[in-house]
Amino acid sequence: MTFAGWLEIALFLAVLTALTPLVGGYMARVFMDEVHYLGFVERPLYRLLGVSRERGQDWKAYARSVLTFSALSVALLYLILRTQGLHPFNPEGLSSPTWDVSFNTATSFVTNTNWQFYGGETTMSYFSQMSGLAVQNFASAAVGIAVLAAVVRGLASRTGKEIGNFYVDLTRVLLYILAPMSVVTGLFLLSQGALQSLNDYTTVNTVTGLEQTLAQGPVASHEAIKLLGTNGGGFFNVNSAMPFENPSWLSNFVEMLMILVIPAGLTATYGRMVGSRRQGWAVFAAMMTLFVVAVAVIYTAESDPTPAMQAAGLSGPNMEGKDQRFGIASTSLFVAITTAASCGAVNGAMESLSGLGGAVPMSEMMTGEVIWGGVGSGLYGMLLFVILGVFISGLMVGRTPEFLGKKIEAREIKLTIIGTVTVPLMVLVTTGLAIGSKWGATSIYNSGPQGFSETLYAYTSQGNNNGSAFAGYTGYLQPNGTNDGAFGISFADLLGGVTMLGGRFVPLLAALAVAGSLAGKRVSPPGLGTLRTDTPTFVVVLISVILIVALLTFVPALLLGPVVQGLTEQLF
Amino acid sequence: MREIKTAAIALVALTLVLGLAYPLAMTGVGQVVFGNAADGSLVKRDGKVVGSKLIGQDFSRDTGRKDEEGEPILEADLNYFQSRPSATGYSASATFFNNLGPNQQDLADALKANVKTYLDRERPTTPSLRAGTIPSDAVTTSASGVDPQISEDNARIQANRVARRRGLALRRVLALVDDHTSHPLFGLGGDGVVNVLELNLALDEESSR
Repeated sequence: MTFAGWLEIALFLAVLTALTPLVGGYMARVFMDEVHYLGFVERPLYRLLGVSRERGQDWKAYARSVLTFSALSVALLYLILRTQGLHPFNPEGLSSPTWDVSFNTATSFVTNTNWQFYGGETTMSYFSQMSGLAVQNFASAAVGIAVLAAVVRGLASRTGKEIGNFYVDLTRVLLYILAPMSVVTGLFLLSQGALQSLNDYTTVNTVTGLEQTLAQGPVASHEAIKLLGTNGGGFFNVNSAMPFENPSWLSNFVEMLMILVIPAGLTATYGRMVGSRRQGWAVFAAMMTLFVVAVAVIYTAESDPTPAMQAAGLSGPNMEGKDQRFGIASTSLFVAITTAASCGAVNGAMESLSGLGGAVPMSEMMTGEVIWGGVGSGLYGMLLFVILGVFISGLMVGRTPEFLGKKIEAREIKLTIIGTVTVPLMVLVTTGLAIGSKWGATSIYNSGPQGFSETLYAYTSQGNNNGSAFAGYTGYLQPNGTNDGAFGISFADLLGGVTMLGGRFVPLLAALAVAGSLAGKRVSPPGLGTLRTDTPTFVVVLISVILIVALLTFVPALLLGPVVQGLTEQLF
Repeated sequence: MREIKTAAIALVALTLVLGLAYPLAMTGVGQVVFGNAADGSLVKRDGKVVGSKLIGQDFSRDTGRKDEEGEPILEADLNYFQSRPSATGYSASATFFNNLGPNQQDLADALKANVKTYLDRERPTTPSLRAGTIPSDAVTTSASGVDPQISEDNARIQANRVARRRGLALRRVLALVDDHTSHPLFGLGGDGVVNVLELNLALDEESSR
């Protein structure tokens, strides 16, 4: 640990906090239909789609649109991947990934997970990356943000059951938020040295006369939306550790900001849309508190040598699997951000983290990706926890729970429980299946508790739509370095794919249903006995609920893997 | 049915605009405005491209001998600063992480081998060096496998060897190290890092003077 390292972390948090009301306020104006400077593009698009701003949907119609759009997205992406050999922009002549890996990848990108069982530069053509994967980077992010906007409208609505129009939200999110921010971020990354070409891979003779092949590709444009959409699927296999994706300390700092700026900003958006900025700051405070703890633990843990390093007589920090331009501080911060935010981009090897350093990212995902979380999905997940917190506190003081002046009744609580408990259950069951069966064993790389950690991480990450990995866990073998003759591990690919679909759509539908149920409910004015959800006390309640309901479920599993490793110096 | 039609139109429009127009326009702008940076920041020596300043490379020479698996045996060129160990043979076209956990015996064995290599290489010119004082970047594998940089401490240790081998004054080699050191925190503070390729090219120039 160094002073400069802590300073960097503090600086990052300060900049993020300052950006939150600015970006959040702007997004609120987008959702409340106050921003129109691109109307000349917007209106023809609505005509093309056959939708209109005036025609709202109730939650069921909204959900139907989301599901139809997502189902078609999976189909199209699968088709693109399976026909890769026929595409333009494929200078390396890469052939199609196998059916099982294509299925896993298609579900992965549509669910905003971006779990990758393949290596980008050895598997995917430029066309697949640009026109298949990156399109879903935009689309899945826009879906998440659109659903959040709809959910918040439902919470706030005092009249009627309509919560917006999905295609209008989708269009406006892309047009006013994701596309312009991607262009700016992409240009910035280019200025730092990120690649943006369609060239063949370049082979050079190095200073000492060896051959080195430099991969190429349209990277900066891909990288920008990968971060902004909390997607995280790298152009290259080593993701943001690759200098061509993330060339400098400064590019890394900006990349980290771009991951969190929308999820954090949305808390402010929520506050404005429900008419009380304090509500937004309360959620922000709960997220920030949990996040600061996570960063501090990772940075402290990674500053010490691991047991393997000690066995080799080393005493320095854990630089294994970290690049020098980031060092311990920037890598630790990135680890905390990417797993808190359901992004899954990585700038170092997650598997090489110390035991404790690896337990934290897992824990962040296990909270259900609500500490910032994915764009949109993080906040609607968090709002389910808020409702749960209101309900539990209501029981404690013996009053009918109210949220934003609306009575929380049996229906809302049932839906909230479905939305918060399904994913943890699914993660534990799939991890159990993968650990307990011989099919799951094929995917495991490391021996001992690390092998268990890999498996637990894999299904936690996929179930919570994060996408980062202890990358030893594999679902795709590439014996020749090119994908000819490669084969997928169908068990891991299919189980992962189903987990990602469940992890995305169960909470999404639950949140929409809760919003639909609350939309138009009568608002009672706050009285003396009303439990307020914008106070420090409630922030503590909220944090406790998250830790007890979500994280506690996983403690036994965590003990078997990373905690064992963190407590012992034994080698396996 | 109407629902499916709307979704299909939306997807086609998205693919055309954000899947083709956006990346191709960015490529056009990148190529025109950022030129060499968009193509990988290639570095030339005597007019020939010798690598990318962003991508670490192996400063070893081919000994002409082969190991049991038929792979060529490489030997570090002691006239040059050496990059960090790489799990991928410094591949910039098929990258992967080392993926050995913090408590793995395999990792401990690999680290021990790297420590031995580093001590064998640097101790003759830095007699005080022990395993416990080696900067950890010098013996751990990087994340990308092509980390272009090493720590300033690592460079200062290697400077002793490079100066001796090249018959240059240590002072001048250290000055070159300083010239190629950059700092995090907007360049204001924190542990310095040194770009190995640029340093080695500057070193060649210094030697040929």
